[in-house]
Order: sequence, then structure tokens, then C-alpha cells
Amino acid sequence: MSKNIKLMQGNEAIAEGALIAGCDFFAGYPITPSSEVAEILSNKLPKIGKVFLQMEDEIAALGAVLGAALGGAKAITASSGPGISLKQEHIGYASMCEIPCVIINVMRGGPSTGLPTLPAQSDIMQARWGTHGDHAIIAITPSGVNESLYETIRAFNLAVKYRTPVMILTDEIIGHMREKVVIPDKSEVEVIDVKLPDVSPEKYTPYNFTSGKVTPLAPMGEGYRYHVTGLIHGDTGFPSQKTEVIQNAENWLIDKIYKNIKDIEKFEEFKVEDADILIVAYGSTSRSARQAVMMARAAGIKAGMFRPITIWPFPEEQISNLSKKIKNILVPEMNMGQVILEVQRNACGSKVYGLNIVNGEPITPDQIYAKIKEISEL
Amino acid sequence: MIKTKFDYDYYLRKNTLPHIWCPGCGDGIILKALLRAIHKCGYSKDEVVITSGIGCASRLPGYVDFNTIHTTHGRALTFAIGIKMYKPKLKVITISGDGDALAIGGNHFIHAARRNIDMTLIVFNNYTYGMTGGQYSPTQPLDSYSTTTPFGNIEFPFDVCNLAQAAGATWVGRSTSYHAVQLEKFMVSALNHTGFSVLDVITNCHISYGRRNKMKSPVDMVKYQKEKAIAARSAENMSAEELTGRFKTGILFENNDKPEFSSEYYKKLESIKTK
Repeated sequence: MSKNIKLMQGNEAIAEGALIAGCDFFAGYPITPSSEVAEILSNKLPKIGKVFLQMEDEIAALGAVLGAALGGAKAITASSGPGISLKQEHIGYASMCEIPCVIINVMRGGPSTGLPTLPAQSDIMQARWGTHGDHAIIAITPSGVNESLYETIRAFNLAVKYRTPVMILTDEIIGHMREKVVIPDKSEVEVIDVKLPDVSPEKYTPYNFTSGKVTPLAPMGEGYRYHVTGLIHGDTGFPSQKTEVIQNAENWLIDKIYKNIKDIEKFEEFKVEDADILIVAYGSTSRSARQAVMMARAAGIKAGMFRPITIWPFPEEQISNLSKKIKNILVPEMNMGQVILEVQRNACGSKVYGLNIVNGEPITPDQIYAKIKEISEL
Repeated sequence: MIKTKFDYDYYLRKNTLPHIWCPGCGDGIILKALLRAIHKCGYSKDEVVITSGIGCASRLPGYVDFNTIHTTHGRALTFAIGIKMYKPKLKVITISGDGDALAIGGNHFIHAARRNIDMTLIVFNNYTYGMTGGQYSPTQPLDSYSTTTPFGNIEFPFDVCNLAQAAGATWVGRSTSYHAVQLEKFMVSALNHTGFSVLDVITNCHISYGRRNKMKSPVDMVKYQKEKAIAARSAENMSAEELTGRFKTGILFENNDKPEFSSEYYKKLESIKTK
């Protein structure tokens, strides 16, 4: 294992992870609290001969990312709540046209301009449902700086493998916090590269909705001439209004993610084996939740934590199974109740409680512990 | 340089035809001029990328056998910038309607011009949102009618060329779908220009615009183009009064001295390496 250990900020770790993953294109627009990702890549990408662009607005930034990705780039953009709202148009386009890209959302309080410099976890549902129409999405919620680096690498891999936008949802806490990071050597991590298709241009179709396999996206300009459109399209990429083509295309956008959930899912279980109360926590809140579990255990309450790392697709099966054994579930989150909806939907046997604090401060271990105690005494 | 004889079929995706455009629409004339111009420039089909936004004109890329991207409304230039910067050797062309380029895409238009990035924007300017039924666009003339200006338009229109030049484009021209030969010539010039080139093509939507403005048939609208177009050189000696209701055609502005963005970017990378 690498001995390259550094103290770095969450946003810096994301930039570092992107570079290890082979990112060769960034386009963005300044926004707090994500701007460091752009600033760092504006320095590092040119030095390795790659492209950094600051665009005229958030929508343009993702447009440029998608244009580059169609040329074969491993492309990334970074933003925060209001910027992600603007980007939704192109998140839909990327989903529909199956263009790989990584979108960083360093979450801040909202709605609207909200709390630019303070943390929140209020974009979980925006990540899933923010654009119009039916589609699936992959979103990842790292809980710290080191994990931000490794999950950014995984995000690029998933984007290329499943031809989809992948979102990293951190927040102002993780983005600006400094922690120890073990920077891996490129040989120590899996990196999935963009490749030319293994068929000739004459035989290539940019989509294959019925095969059950993701067709590789041929980089444009390499002899594979095809058409890309946000209209519903068939395997050839040309628009179609045939009912069977429409249904297949819609099914595919969901199926290609959900039928591969075992490959995409990632979670951590902490002291769940004998737990009477389960905390479902993600991102920075899971750090306080972990401490609260320890506090509860010290006080004789059997608490455990389930931490989704891949938040979308949601770990439905795991929550469902855990709820069969565990009576009470607590979902602390820095929003007015988003992930709790998914937990309630899947936890058939348990009572589900929320702890929703959106005052611009992180949720503390004490706050979670107090709620655990309250529930256990009911 | 391609030495073969020009053949439309070589460039068309015939399996995607017939096109969606109404009988008599000018867009097909512009498409054909574009194919002839690309052939004259000698580009291979693999090196050409065409992006477009949303609207009638923006359906063009589907019909032509290049690397084609039918993007979102107004944003075609952003995709074009992305792929051009990543693969600067590609020849990038953007097709956009007047609403697409100048209303919803206005910000991208001025910023692409400001950067002077090497690509060609062709604006299919028919003064209307044809696909959605003929609402008024940012180029619709004063006092004309549309489905959303039933009492006449009181908004001042953009002049595509003046705006492009002011924002920093380095090749600016205007032709019409009536002047098909001139149109092809200007396209060749725009494509050969290094920098951001904007070609404003006045075209006809007799269905959505003409019918509401006493130009019911394609012939009426083609006559309008013929009669209202005034060569820039001839316009020099005409009074403002004489020019009212007319539009200048020609290569209106050209600057070959302003540095081009993608080559400047990669030059900068070289200079960083050597330090």
C-alpha cells in the first residue's frame, strides 16, 4: 500500500481522486462551497496537458462536460445546490443519451440561495428526482475526506461502465474539513478507461436496449459516426415514436442501474448484529451517528448503524432485511426528512423516527444519542 | 482534400429522411448549401461534428452523416465548446434557430463569441418559434404578428450580426435561403475562418410567420428575402430611411488578428510544460 499520506481538504481529495481516475476535462462555474475543486483542477489539469474551462454559467459547464465526454473525455463538474438545480436540464440529457460524467455536489443549505457557507444534506432527493422524466441515477455520499478521494475514483468507473451521470454528494463540512488521506498509486486502484468499441464502425450502434449490456460509448472523431439526441431514440440513436421503442428505452434507463445494483451498491454496517435500535446515517452525519452508537452502547443500549455509501440506487434490500430484526430505526439527517422516506418505504417491520436538524450546524453525537435514549425508553 | 465529385447522397443519412420540415421551408436549402460547403472545404465526415439545439433547424444534424449531437434548447454551443476543446482538430459546426441561439441560448452565444473559439455557428433565422406554433422570437421585426403578439410586436429585435461582432466574433456574415449560391460561398468562408464565425441566414417560415404577416406562401417569403436583402456595399450609400425594413447581406466583419481560444489554450499548456 502507498505511503503517500497527506493532510487535505475534502474538495482537494475529490480533485485528487479525479486525477487518479484519469479525469482529463473539467468545466465548472464558481459556487460556494465547491469552488476549491475548480481552483485545484485549474492548476493541475493544464500541467498534465488536459482541459480546464470556467464556463459562463452552470448549465454551460455541464454542457461542455457532456460535449467533451462525447469526444471520449473523462469529464467532471463541481457545484452546489443552486448550481445543481440549474444543471438538472443536462443531468436529464446525460441520463437520456447515456453520457458518462461525474457531478460533484458539495451540499449547502437551501432552498434557493439558502446558506452558501453552511452545510446541509438537502439535495438527496434532488439528486434522484431533480430532472424531469423517468430515469435512474447513481449517487454516492462519502463521509469523510479519505473516502471522498476513493469514491470519486469509483464514481468515474461507474460512469464509464454504466454510461450514466454519477453524483458525489458531500457537504460543506466534508468539503472544507481537513483529514488524513492515503493517496493511492494508480496501480493500486481499479480504473476503468474509455475504450473504442470492439466492433467496426459499420456494425456499431450507440445503444442496445434489449441486450441487457451497456454498449460502450464510442468517442466521437474516431470513425464511429452516430447521432445523439435527447429525444427518445432506438438503438441507432435516431429519434423514434414507436411504442415498443419508447417502452424499451424507458425500461433500459432504469434497468441498467437497478439490475446491476449488486455491483453499484456500497454500504457499511457498524454494530448491527445484535442491535435493538438502528441508526441509518450517511455523509457527515454518519460520523456523529457512529459516536452516538458508542455512547449508547456504553450506556447499555444496543445501537448499531447502517451507512449507505451508494445512496442511489437506495439499499432497499438491506434496509428491508434489517427491519425484520430491528424494532426501531432512527434516521438523523441535515434536512427536513428525505432519506427517511426511503427507509420508511422499505422498513416493513420497524418504527422509523427522524432527527431533522437544519440550522446550519452539524448534527452532534449528543443530539443523536439523546434521540436514541428517548426512543429506547418509549 | 477530397477530390471526389460532389454527391448529396454521400453526406445524407437517407434512412432518416423524409425530414420534418414543411413543404416550402427554407431549411432544406440551407442544409444543401452546408453539404456543398463542407465538401468544398474538403473535410472528411469523421472530422466534422455538428451540434444543434432545439427547434426545426436543430433537427438538421439527424439527416447528415457526421458526428452529430442534437442537444438541449439553446445549449448547442456549450457542447460544441466541450468537444472542440477536448479534440481541437475536429471541425465543429453549430446549427441553431433564432430563438435557440439568441433567446434561451443568448448567454452561450455571446460567450462563445467573446472567447473567439474556432467554430461556425449558423443561425437559421426565420423570426419565429416555428416548431411550437409561431410565437414571437428575439429577431421578429417590430409591428409584425405572431401567436403571442396578436396585436403586433413592440419589442425591438436583435440584429444577429451586430450582436456577434460586438461580443467578439471574428467572422460575421448574412445571407438568405433565397441566395443559395451566395450562401454556400459564405459558408465556405465561415468554415475556413479560424475563430468564431457567425452566419445569419434569413430563412422562411411561411406556415408560422408568413401566414400572420401577409406572406402566406413560400413564394411570398422568398420574394421578401430577395427584395429586402441589400448587399452591404450598396447599403453604404443609402440613407437610414431607405434601409428601413431591409437587412444587409454579405461578409460584414472579419478579423484575422484576434487569437483563437482553443489554440491559445494548448499554446499555454506548452508554455507551462517548458517552465
